[in-house]
Amino acid sequence: MADAALFEFLHTEMVAELWAHHSDPGPGVSAGSRGGEEARAAPLGSAGGGSTGQKMSLSVLEGMGFRVGQALGERLPQETLAFREELDVLKFLCKDLWVAVFQKQMDSLRTNHQGTYVLQDNSFPLLIRMASGLQYLEEAPKFLAFTCGLLRGTLSTLGIKSLVTASVASLPTCE
Amino acid sequence: MSRPVLRRPEYHKINKDLFVLTYGALVAQLCKDYEKDEDVNKYLDKMGYGIGTRLVEDFLARSCVRRCHSYSEITDIIAQVAFKMYLGITPSVTCNNSSRTEFSLILDKNPLVEFVEELPAGRSSLCYCNLLCGIIRGALEMVHLAADVTFLQDRLKGDRVTEIGITFLKKLDEKKCRRRK
Repeated sequence: MADAALFEFLHTEMVAELWAHHSDPGPGVSAGSRGGEEARAAPLGSAGGGSTGQKMSLSVLEGMGFRVGQALGERLPQETLAFREELDVLKFLCKDLWVAVFQKQMDSLRTNHQGTYVLQDNSFPLLIRMASGLQYLEEAPKFLAFTCGLLRGTLSTLGIKSLVTASVASLPTCE
Repeated sequence: MSRPVLRRPEYHKINKDLFVLTYGALVAQLCKDYEKDEDVNKYLDKMGYGIGTRLVEDFLARSCVRRCHSYSEITDIIAQVAFKMYLGITPSVTCNNSSRTEFSLILDKNPLVEFVEELPAGRSSLCYCNLLCGIIRGALEMVHLAADVTFLQDRLKGDRVTEIGITFLKKLDEKKCRRRK
């Protein structure tokens, strides 16, 4: 069943339509920073007026991802819920969940052993069709918002409160 | 992380659920954004149209459908190949008029509503699966066939089955329909 393709198309369409609906009309430079919803360090040339609407769109998308992630988390088989350590949960996310959702494993997982984890995917399926390199860098956060929410939702079902942000240095690699 | 990737049955289920759950979240969000049911229906149709125009290429790439000579062949392919490929179900096809331009797809099982028990209160004219209509319409239009696609019956509204009606609007031109659906 070609579910993956269907999900990708739906996701692309969702991003396009919800973005248009929730963003304020105006100079359409995205909220500059190379991040998901968290405003990181100095934004590069953002247009002040547009960024509130854009933040709302991102949070709408993230919220939807969160709901889906929660529901997915509830449908996981019982044995996967009996994790003892946070690291096991993250490993599960990288291997099993990512495979189930995107048909590939996460490429790398790093941690500072103090609660921060960086998951890196070198060819993120939702970005891979867009471009390779630095083109469309400003558009990338929109496509990651849903997935961030998905991860946050699944983690919350597994009992972990988290903050998930994404960053893209060059397509289709993202962290 | 070099363990071979086995496609365990639960992965398949998660994958399938992902689309259904995402669709549900989308409809919920649209219901928040728009008060009137007609607006939500229209929006779903519009989004489906956008998806359909791109999905048709994916479909043609994955399947090897032969050239079609009639509307009923096209409808059969939509039901037996496309629906099966993307949603895992095969609706049955009936023809509704003698000039063979109006057809119905009857779905007795609809995977999109797997987690939906009933329509939300105050949303009785919401066509939950209107995305499907838009997708079919968009896909057909990309192969130069204009059609009207709507829900004739909907299980969520209390009907016995879910029925999608396809009405082909223009006469099928043999020359235009090259190696397409």
